[in-house]
Amino acid sequence: MTPLPQDQSVEPIPVSALLEKVDALRKQGYRLVQISATRLPDGLELTYSFALEGRLAQFRLHLPDDNPRVPSISSIYWCAFLYENEMHDLFGLAVEGMAVDFKGTFYNTAIKFPFGSTKAPVAKPATTTATSASSAPAPTPPPGSTTATAT
Amino acid sequence: MPRTIIPFGPQHPVLPEPVHLDLVVEDEKVLEARPSIGFIHRGLEKLVEKKDYVEFVYIAERICGICSFIHGQTYCQAIETIMNVAVPPRALYLRTIWGELSRIHSHLLWLGLMADAMGFESLFMHSWRVRERVLKIIERTTGGRVIFGTCKIGGVRRDISGDALKQMLADLKQIEKDARDITRVFLNDSSVKDRLCGVGVLPRQEAYDLGCVGPMLRASGVVQDMRQLGYAAFKDLDFAPITRTDGDSYARCAVRCEELFQSMDIIRQAAMKIPEGEIAVKVAGNPNGEVLTRTEQPRGEVAYCLKANGSKNLQRFRVRTPTFANLPAMLKLLPGCELADVPVLVLTIDPCISCTER
Amino acid sequence: MAYFTMTSLALKWALSRPVTSRYPFEPRRALPGSRGTLMFARDTCVYCTVCAKKCPTGALAVNRAQKKWTIDRLLCITCGYCVEACPKKSLSLGTAHDVPTVTKDRECF
Repeated sequence: MTPLPQDQSVEPIPVSALLEKVDALRKQGYRLVQISATRLPDGLELTYSFALEGRLAQFRLHLPDDNPRVPSISSIYWCAFLYENEMHDLFGLAVEGMAVDFKGTFYNTAIKFPFGSTKAPVAKPATTTATSASSAPAPTPPPGSTTATAT
Repeated sequence: MPRTIIPFGPQHPVLPEPVHLDLVVEDEKVLEARPSIGFIHRGLEKLVEKKDYVEFVYIAERICGICSFIHGQTYCQAIETIMNVAVPPRALYLRTIWGELSRIHSHLLWLGLMADAMGFESLFMHSWRVRERVLKIIERTTGGRVIFGTCKIGGVRRDISGDALKQMLADLKQIEKDARDITRVFLNDSSVKDRLCGVGVLPRQEAYDLGCVGPMLRASGVVQDMRQLGYAAFKDLDFAPITRTDGDSYARCAVRCEELFQSMDIIRQAAMKIPEGEIAVKVAGNPNGEVLTRTEQPRGEVAYCLKANGSKNLQRFRVRTPTFANLPAMLKLLPGCELADVPVLVLTIDPCISCTER
Repeated sequence: MAYFTMTSLALKWALSRPVTSRYPFEPRRALPGSRGTLMFARDTCVYCTVCAKKCPTGALAVNRAQKKWTIDRLLCITCGYCVEACPKKSLSLGTAHDVPTVTKDRECF
């Protein structure tokens, strides 16, 4: 059987264009694959991925570090509320207008974001081989915040 | 009637892994279900900072015990796509064979758990008895029963010799006979049908909109299987996704039962077509780039988003597991059901919470 | 609709030999190729410390100056990465299981 093509390109878009682009995909019949957040030295990077039978469409948003906010797409895709709650609990991202808002109790951790450090953990720019675990000096290991080592 | 809140989990006899649901119940009818997870969150995505990308295969395999091999395979596949490594065909076929063995063992495990959710303990034990033979095959060929440890970047670490393949096929015949016995009970027995038919009906469009994947989606009539993308050896093998149209728990059980036999057929095809050759290529250097790879785990589509920036450690490792995509469906199905149906509905999505929470 | 479909299955398996082995009444027969325990051949080791660097869990510790090779059995996951990395082939995976211990020691060679 012939393999279906998978285009890996990611389209960077501003936060303001998110809802209309997602709505356009919904009308074409795309389904939500995943929403992920990556912490970079200069802020938070969100990736939204959608798929329709092997074709992928991905969007990238870049948010500043202080008070990151993004509108919720759960009015268009109801299932997105889980991804958005997860991003809120693990990355401290404020998502406005989630269809089901657990208000921080989705990930039931004993220590809430930012997991022991006084401010949000940010990766220090590292050398190519260093693996600096630069965040959270708390005695209990931080449950989920992913920081990025960048060259 | 006053409403009560009944906590379901994290410790519950039917749950393979801890998840917590607060069920708002009015006189045996569930009105609302509020989940909360985090009991098995190990922060594996953050470990990518400490372990380099070659060692990380071991972490990726240990995200989950049931779907462990395909996690490792998808991770290796993602890194190989970023680094443009051409995996030798024999390794691809071996990965396919082990992947399908993993699917057989996972579905047999699920069948046992579903029987246990219905209270049918003896059928649970019989399903796991059939699974024991599969685990013996896996141990003989890979060295471990649950964590295979055979995938590496660039290929596989162990070979299956021609004799071992013949023995595997002979064992599979016996497993197929046993599996036909237990699936006959699952699909025909009146008490099983009473508990499964009509429970948790998910119409086709709703299943697609909720983002369901895997057997949940296929049992509602949508033809979607990531193996159609043609990764590993699937581009040379002949198979068609199994679907049903009813969308209830019985249909989901039937899809998984039939996928058991389909996996055995795929293994037989792969064992016949497997080419000779080497099993791994040497990989040097560091990955640089990003990729979104999707493969078909027993529970559905798993999406691996990897981002690498040229250093030994990956910048981001994000796994979106199939149970995470099926959770909204569970939350939609639970309101309106009887309290006794809750274990059946929770298990019908095939929850693998350790995958969901990494 | 079939009733009592389990009867034939239950009767058949009540009278047959079980698939699992009756450990501890029978000794455990390890399957060939199963990853049980790491075995170290002291004579061929040159203390190059490559195995300790490759070990993903940090179970191995090699001291070149004092010619000591130690392993923490409880951390070892028998992945076999060290076996592949050793240039002198002093390491191998045997099929016998590790013996249970009551203390968290490192085994020194």
